Amino acid sequence: MTDAGDSREAEAQAEAGDSREAEAKAETELPPGAGSPEGDEIPIVEPEPDPEPEPLPEEAAKLLAQLEKELKDSIIESGHTFGDLVVRVAPEAWRKAAEVARDKLECDYLSFVSGIDWMPAPKVGGDDAGGDTSSPVQPTEITFGIAGSDGRFQVFARVQSTARHHGFTLKVDVDEDTFSVPSWVPVYPGADWHERETWEMFGIGFDGHPGMRHLYLPFEFEGHPLRKDYPLLSREIKPWPGLVDVEPMPGEEASEEGGGE
Amino acid sequence: MTVDFRSGLPDNAGAMLQKHLADARINVELETEGMVLNIGPQHPATHGTLRVVVKLDGERVVSADPVIGYMHRGYEKLTEFRTYPQITTLINRIDWLSSFANEVPFIHAAERLMGVQAPPRAEYIRTILTELSRISTFLLFLGEMGLQVGAITPAFYGFRDREHVLNLIEAATGGRFHPNFNRIGGLKVDLPSGWIDDCRRVMKKVFDSVDEFEELVVGNEIFEVRTRGVGVIPPGVGAAYGVSGSNIRASGVDWDLRRDGQPYLVYRDLDWKVWTHPDGDSFARYWVRMQETRESARMVVQLLDGLPAGPVMAKVPRIIKVPEGEVWVNTENPLGEMGYYLFSKGATGPFRCKIRSASFSNVSILPWLLKGVYVPDIITILASLYFILGDIDR
Repeated sequence: MTDAGDSREAEAQAEAGDSREAEAKAETELPPGAGSPEGDEIPIVEPEPDPEPEPLPEEAAKLLAQLEKELKDSIIESGHTFGDLVVRVAPEAWRKAAEVARDKLECDYLSFVSGIDWMPAPKVGGDDAGGDTSSPVQPTEITFGIAGSDGRFQVFARVQSTARHHGFTLKVDVDEDTFSVPSWVPVYPGADWHERETWEMFGIGFDGHPGMRHLYLPFEFEGHPLRKDYPLLSREIKPWPGLVDVEPMPGEEASEEGGGE
Repeated sequence: MTVDFRSGLPDNAGAMLQKHLADARINVELETEGMVLNIGPQHPATHGTLRVVVKLDGERVVSADPVIGYMHRGYEKLTEFRTYPQITTLINRIDWLSSFANEVPFIHAAERLMGVQAPPRAEYIRTILTELSRISTFLLFLGEMGLQVGAITPAFYGFRDREHVLNLIEAATGGRFHPNFNRIGGLKVDLPSGWIDDCRRVMKKVFDSVDEFEELVVGNEIFEVRTRGVGVIPPGVGAAYGVSGSNIRASGVDWDLRRDGQPYLVYRDLDWKVWTHPDGDSFARYWVRMQETRESARMVVQLLDGLPAGPVMAKVPRIIKVPEGEVWVNTENPLGEMGYYLFSKGATGPFRCKIRSASFSNVSILPWLLKGVYVPDIITILASLYFILGDIDR
């Protein structure tokens, strides 16, 4: 069974289903290009945009207060996502933030350290029509996530407490001149592999890391694959083989091949 | 025992050093030289293509360096080129023994950003299938672990009993290993008729087979000698390395994301218990997984009793577009904590998706853990940590 078949089946389920809440809120509008022969009764559920940011939940507010007490003005910005605290700290306080998290907030457990490249990716296959249209089209202007960013690259990490069952996300901007942030290995030894991965995928260095070398990729590998300007070569060379089976992407006219419908 | 994170040395290091020096003097007399032993990438005990380079002095490991990446498929890059429904087929293949459990946190992350709530029946069926994949993963472990320490019979029992559970998953989803059954907003289809009775029958078998393993393996003197006191992970060190799941519960840390994390699925409605063991050795890890298999079977029985009627799919748009935002969702998977940090910019696919897989962190403790153990214990430790290479390499 093809993917298109599956999604039709799922859709039939969606039609049969009664979701009272969704229906109450649903606004019936179709995205451009979604005008399909049978799919016009499906309402689009658009979550109402919040006019004001929700206040920080109690638990997250307590954590933030404790962090502010220790880190003072090293905290640049903070926010939350679904009640989950996100804090952006200054690069020079990055290791201190880890120490505070471990020693003062009982966050003994490291989930991960990773990075993000906020630059929008160049269009696959160039701007000419007929490129790979199967990849999702991302906005072309640069926007930053919760707690903002000063530059293109950020490192973010997640720590948790196994005893008190809380956790939060820490973010730090990467200075594009030095291209490095302090290493967390002296605080959380588990950061070792995560930082090696971030280094080879984004090219972000970690000061004080005991042995920075490739983790996944062969040692002679060049480039940093998770940067947005690193192309996914298989898509550049050949369009996605499943292209004829997929539905037309939003923003694109329902063409004659029309997702095989 | 407290441990200095920087050097990884216990605080009685001085006394230990004296002992090692004494050993070294004997070694000089016996003229043993350092030797490098290469375990893997193809080795029956590594469950895939893990390579561990160990330096030996006699039979003791001086240092160990796991080499990973033989199976790196670049899923974090690929997620940026696919739409949300296409990504569930990818993440099925991260931890291929419990694929269904992989899908759940990703789908929840997308649902949370979209403000979609799956109907109660869908959440119940998701919980049942998650627990079934946990049972099938652990049944294989219970057999496999025996095999690694030299008992061949339990491996056959493990594969035999897991098959019943896999048949159930196949009957419900159509795939034994890669179900791709979750949709944003619910499930692909409802359970087939007669499935619930089958499931009850299989759960009885699961209880029996766990009892069988307990009689066969846990009481066995050789098994205990091979596993007790081998590969001890102190709770503090384990947590700092990000060791999670049954591995950290076997070190006495009472922490289970099904109970303590963000509320997800319907675990809050169930009556169940988190099992821990104070020892932190290979035996404790075996014992905890054995108890958790039973606990999961108990959960499935409760879930079957309480299964509500209704649809299995909420109303969602025909084309899935996730509003701008970011979210972190982590769940307790069979191998440990699995999480997705999802960044969306309002498109049909994620802007970035950080995949936090359990085995990656569980294995990153190996250089610390293997220091000073004997060669045969390496295999015991690798087996008892229970990792899947797809979950390390992503």
